[in-house]
Amino acid sequence: MARNIRVNVEYLTRVEGHGNIVVNVKDGKLEQCELDIIESPRFFEGMIRGRSIFEAQHITCRICGICSCGHTLASIQAAENAIGFKPSRQTQELRKLLLHMEELDSHILHIYLLVAPDLLGVKSFVPLISSHNEVVRRALRMKKMCNDICDILVGRHVHPISSIVGGFTKLPEEKDLDAILEILFKLQADMEPTIALAATLKFPEFERDTEYIALVNDGNEYPLLEGDIGSTDGLRVKKENYKGVTNEFIVPHSSAKHTRASRESYMVGALARFNLNYDKLHPKAQKVAEHIGMKPKVKNPYLNTAAQLVECVHCLEDAIRILKEFKETGIRQEEAVIVGLNEKGTIPVRAGRGVGAVEVPRGILFHDYEVDEKGKIVNANCIIPTGQNLNNIEHDMRKMVPEILEQSDEAITLRLEMLVRAYDPCISCSAHFLNVKFVNR
Amino acid sequence: MAKTRVAFFDFACCEGCQLQVANMGELLLDVLGAVELVEFREVMSERGGDYDVAVIEGSITTTHDVERIKAIRKKAKVLITYGSCATIGGINGMKNNFELGDIRKYVYGDKANYFDTIPTRPVHQVVPVDYVVNGCPVYLPEFVKVLKCALAGIPYKVPDYAVCVECKLNENECMYDKKITCLGPVTKAGCNSWCINHNNICYGCRGMVSNPAVNGAKDILEKYKIPLDWVENKMNMYNKPRELEGTEPDGKKHTS
Repeated sequence: MARNIRVNVEYLTRVEGHGNIVVNVKDGKLEQCELDIIESPRFFEGMIRGRSIFEAQHITCRICGICSCGHTLASIQAAENAIGFKPSRQTQELRKLLLHMEELDSHILHIYLLVAPDLLGVKSFVPLISSHNEVVRRALRMKKMCNDICDILVGRHVHPISSIVGGFTKLPEEKDLDAILEILFKLQADMEPTIALAATLKFPEFERDTEYIALVNDGNEYPLLEGDIGSTDGLRVKKENYKGVTNEFIVPHSSAKHTRASRESYMVGALARFNLNYDKLHPKAQKVAEHIGMKPKVKNPYLNTAAQLVECVHCLEDAIRILKEFKETGIRQEEAVIVGLNEKGTIPVRAGRGVGAVEVPRGILFHDYEVDEKGKIVNANCIIPTGQNLNNIEHDMRKMVPEILEQSDEAITLRLEMLVRAYDPCISCSAHFLNVKFVNR
Repeated sequence: MAKTRVAFFDFACCEGCQLQVANMGELLLDVLGAVELVEFREVMSERGGDYDVAVIEGSITTTHDVERIKAIRKKAKVLITYGSCATIGGINGMKNNFELGDIRKYVYGDKANYFDTIPTRPVHQVVPVDYVVNGCPVYLPEFVKVLKCALAGIPYKVPDYAVCVECKLNENECMYDKKITCLGPVTKAGCNSWCINHNNICYGCRGMVSNPAVNGAKDILEKYKIPLDWVENKMNMYNKPRELEGTEPDGKKHTS
C-alpha cells in the first residue's frame, strides 16, 4: 500500500525535557524516522572546569531534578576514584539505600503518572483524579514516602544536601532508622495493589532484538552502585573503559550524538538490568516477574515499564534488608564528614582521573573527571542513559512503523509517543551532552 | 466563580522545581482543586489556550527563550518565577564565568554553531515579574504560600534578612566557627536554613540580601583568616548573572 504519513510531534509531553518525534513515510516507504532533542544546552561539562572536585557533586546533580540522587552518586564515585579515596562499608550501604529510593521514586512517577494514562486511554493523570482517584492518591502517596525517606537520609530528594565526597555530613540516628523502616513497611502495603494494577495493564506488542547493557558483577548482589559494564552480547569491560562501549558517533540524518557497542544500537535501563541480572533480583521481585509473564530475554521495549515495576519490588525489599542490618549494627556517627575542609587541603588529593558508573533509573550513567594536583577539575565528561537509548529508540521506530502502517496517523503517533515514553527518557539530562538538531519548519 | 487558569512553563533548568511541586503528595490534589491547570508539559499532554497565571521555571539562555518569555508575559496577568534558575540565573549562570565561544567549543566542538546561546539571565532581567520563589530547589512551604498570595491577589514579600537569622533559630553551630566558608550571612532567608541544618554550607541559591552587612562579613573573614576570593568563588556558583543587572539581552539598558 502506497501511503504518505507525516508525523511531527513537537514538544513531546510527559517526558523529562524537550524532544520532537519526526517520521516521514512517502509512498509507503519510510524516509525519515527521528527523535530530535530540542532542549537548550546548559554546558555543564564546560562550566565545571576550574571548580574544586569537592564541589562537583553539588553542581552536576543539578543536571537533572528527577535523577539528582543518581547524578550525585555517580559524581561522588568518579571524584573519589580520581583522588584515591575509598568509602567505608557503612557509607556504601547508605548510598545503596539512597539509590534504591531514587529508583523507586522515579519508577513510580513513570509507571503511574507518565505511562498509565496512555494505557488507560487518557491524556494525563489529571482526568484520572476523578476516574481513578484511589490510584492517583496511592501514586502520590508512594512518591511522597520515597521523598520523606530521602528527607531523613540526605535532607531532600531533589538535590540532596548531606551526601558528599567522603560520605555523609549528617548520619541517621536510631530514631531516624525507625522512622525510615516504618515508611518502608507502609510502602510495602501500597506495593501490593500497585502490582495488581500493573498486571492488568496491556502493553503494545512489539519485539526487536537488541544488545542490552548494564552493570554486572561476580557477586550475588543485583548491581546498581558497583560493577563492570556488561552486555547480553557478551561484552564485559571495566568502567574506566566506558568510551569503548559507548562509542559516540554522529549520524548523517541527525546531529544528535548516538552510541553503539557490539551491533547497530543498544538499550540501557530497567529492562537491560532485568535481562542481564534477573537471577540476582530479590525472590519477591522474581515472583512478580513470573506473575506478569516476564522472563529474560525480554525484547519488547514497552515492557521496560514492567521491568521498572519488578525493580520497585526489589529495591523496596533490599532497602528493608539494609535498614534491618543497620538496626542490628547501629550507625557509626563518628564517620560523619565535615564539609568544606578541603579548602584547607585536609583531605589529601592527587592529580588523576576517576570514572563513576552507576545504574540510575533510566540506565547506566557515567561521570568522568580529571583533576590536577590541587583537586581542581581540568576535564569533565558525562554520558547519560537517555543519550545511549536514543539510537535504540530510532531503530525500534524504524522497525515498528512499517509493521503498523495500516493504522491511522493518530494511532501511529500514539504508538510512537508511547514507545519513547516507555524508555522513560530524561531529555533534561541528555541535552547537555548531545548535539541538537534544529528541524527546519 | 471561574477558577484561575494556571500554566507552568520551563526554560533552561533541571525541572527539579516542577518535581518539588509533584512531590507535594496528596496536597497536590488540593492545590489542583483550587485552580484550573491548563499546561504542565512534564505530566500533561493537554495544552490549552489562555491562562491567568504563568509559573516559570528555568533561566533565559537563548534568543528563542527571550522571545518565548516575552510572549508568555503578554498573555499572563500574573507571572511567577520559581527556582534559582528563573530568579537569579542559578547554576546555569556558571556559564557566564567563561567566554561564551570558549565554553561552546569545549562542550560541542566543531558543532558549536548549532547552538543558539546567550549569557544566562534570570527572568526578571528580560520581563517584569510579579512574584518570586527563590531556592534550588524551591522550598515547598514557601511555594505554596506564594501561590496562595498570587491567587488571592495580595503581595508576598521575600524576607530580606540573612539565612543566619533562621540558622540561629535552628540552633546550628556556625560554619565560620568551624572555619568553613558559608554564604549564609549574605543570602536571603526563607529556606529555614535547609542546607546548614544538614551540616552543609549555604551556597547562596536564594540570591543576595539587598543590603548585606559587608563590614561584619569582612570582620568574620579576617577573624578566621578566610580569603575573600573563596567567598567570591562561591558567589559565582549561583549569583554570577547579577552582574548583568540593569541591561537587556540585546545589550541595551533596562527600561522598566
